[in-house]
Amino acid sequence: MILFILCFVLFMVGLYGVIIKRNLIKIIIGVAIMEYSVNLFLILIGYVNEGNVPILPLPEALVNKPFVDPLPQALVLTAIVIGLATTAMLLSIAIRLYRKYGTFNIRKINSLKG
Amino acid sequence: MNSLVPLFILIPLGSAMIMSILGRFIKNFGKYLITLALLFLTGITFHLIINVPEVLVYKVGGFADVGNIPVAIYLVIDGFTKILLLIISLVGFLVALYSFSYTTQYTAERKFYILFSLMLAGMYGMVVSGDIFNMYVFLEISSMAAYALVAFGLEKHQLEASFKYQVLGGVASMLILMGIGFIYWQTGTLNVADIATQLPVGGVFIKFVAVLFIVGFGLKAAIFPFHSWLPDAHSSAPSPISAMLSGVLIKAIGIYVLFRLFFNMFALSYELSLAITVLGVLSMIIGGLLAIGQWDIKRLLAYSSISQMGYVILGVGIGMLVLSKGGSQVIAGFAIMGGLFHLLNHSVFKGLLFLSAGAVEYRTGTRDMKKLGGLAELMPVTSGTSMIASLAISGIPPFNGFFSKLIIIIAAIQAKYYTLAFLAVLVSIVTIGYFMKLQKFTFYNKDKKIWDKAKIKEVPFSMALSMILLAVLCLGMSLLAIPQFRDIFLQPAVKALIETVQYSVTVIGN
Repeated sequence: MILFILCFVLFMVGLYGVIIKRNLIKIIIGVAIMEYSVNLFLILIGYVNEGNVPILPLPEALVNKPFVDPLPQALVLTAIVIGLATTAMLLSIAIRLYRKYGTFNIRKINSLKG
Repeated sequence: MNSLVPLFILIPLGSAMIMSILGRFIKNFGKYLITLALLFLTGITFHLIINVPEVLVYKVGGFADVGNIPVAIYLVIDGFTKILLLIISLVGFLVALYSFSYTTQYTAERKFYILFSLMLAGMYGMVVSGDIFNMYVFLEISSMAAYALVAFGLEKHQLEASFKYQVLGGVASMLILMGIGFIYWQTGTLNVADIATQLPVGGVFIKFVAVLFIVGFGLKAAIFPFHSWLPDAHSSAPSPISAMLSGVLIKAIGIYVLFRLFFNMFALSYELSLAITVLGVLSMIIGGLLAIGQWDIKRLLAYSSISQMGYVILGVGIGMLVLSKGGSQVIAGFAIMGGLFHLLNHSVFKGLLFLSAGAVEYRTGTRDMKKLGGLAELMPVTSGTSMIASLAISGIPPFNGFFSKLIIIIAAIQAKYYTLAFLAVLVSIVTIGYFMKLQKFTFYNKDKKIWDKAKIKEVPFSMALSMILLAVLCLGMSLLAIPQFRDIFLQPAVKALIETVQYSVTVIGN
């Protein structure tokens, strides 16, 4: 249970970064931390304490022992790839913004109003 | 017939790949490929709507079910999916046609069409997928392409809007993925139809997951109070993309999934239905009020999108409320039909309004209503089609917007939600107000002599053609209010939503 709570705390840390920080790069780090926390959460769902590898056919010694759920691991692999693309996209836009405005401060990037 | 289902994902995804390779060598390859592909998919969609009434299920990889447990990834086309497929294909085709001349101003035209096809593939995947994790994957594909397309012109304000959109979109995606994790934890499956049978009814857990989904998809659909990114992103994007984002994307990846999950996956509960309806009503009112003060044409249209999506949610929300209280199926069905009809209509007239705003910007180089005026005689097609769309969205009788709003209001009265009916009428009057403002300051008000006659003329043929076709649709879709057409196009969608538990029975068959 403690792991899930820590995972939730990590999510909140990311959310804090997104909402409070003014630097573009720190906001991106916040988004990345949120991604990691959700990935961790997915892994925790499938985790079994002292579980075995989910490979068939099982060796004689491992029959009737608990095994780790493999599906969340597959999901996390997909989610990591998507997260990579999101972060790359955010960073490339941040670089372009820096070239146009000469600053990473979100308060000074304000050509849109209303 | 089932083998038609994956085509909706394969064709746009495949054409994105082919045009990124061959487009390098053949000039204008991407344009023709995606336009033809969308024309073909529009044909298939009409074929499915008219000739194939049953629910189509395609199992990716052909894995058979083990007992009652679905193993393969399911692609499902039912009545509700079909109307989304229709707007994606039809509006997508007309937008692609419009882009023929519009995108010549960009240096990286080829990349525009690659991103456009990827966005389409994501949206098609989103509506066709019957598996909640695949919905997330396709959601990210279409969002990612949309982020890139918003920043396509690389202007200051476009980059800023794209960044804002990405950060909020990223938070939304994480909330959705977390919700999916919770669902998998509880049920051990990711198939929507299977989850519906496994999920416990009521309880704090379900409410928590539902709130995660409402916030996540609410952010994607820009429902109040999660709308702050929409006016920036939709007004900064290139005009064909604005038409696509406002007309199709927020419906396919926001509204559609919200309705699908809350009708067919979660058991309907009164509190959640009330929450969704209240959010819808708030976005209807606040979007409308904020639109009045705008002087940028596309910003005004973007706020109006928030307001009109409020109508859609209001209509379907009344249906949810009536159903969850165990009220009459007929009234609920009528309300849902009004909402879905408005969803169809909105994609047509909002698409047209964004395209005509783009036409004005294409010729004059500005979107500021204070600088525009007197264009009615110089650009008759743009002015005329924009007027038709404005009349349609404000709900003036012969056009489609009138009938959908009328149905929503009548349904609200029948369900005895008099306040909601009154608010819907009130916001409709506000809508007329700000569209009169748009028409007056953009096309009339000033003498045409302020413009250089040699420069300001009617837009090129392909742009004019697509705007005229959309204007014809604005008038033609009024026919859907007639029972014969209603039974073909709208009734199957209403049936898919109203028979909430029937979905999982037809899809996994137990």
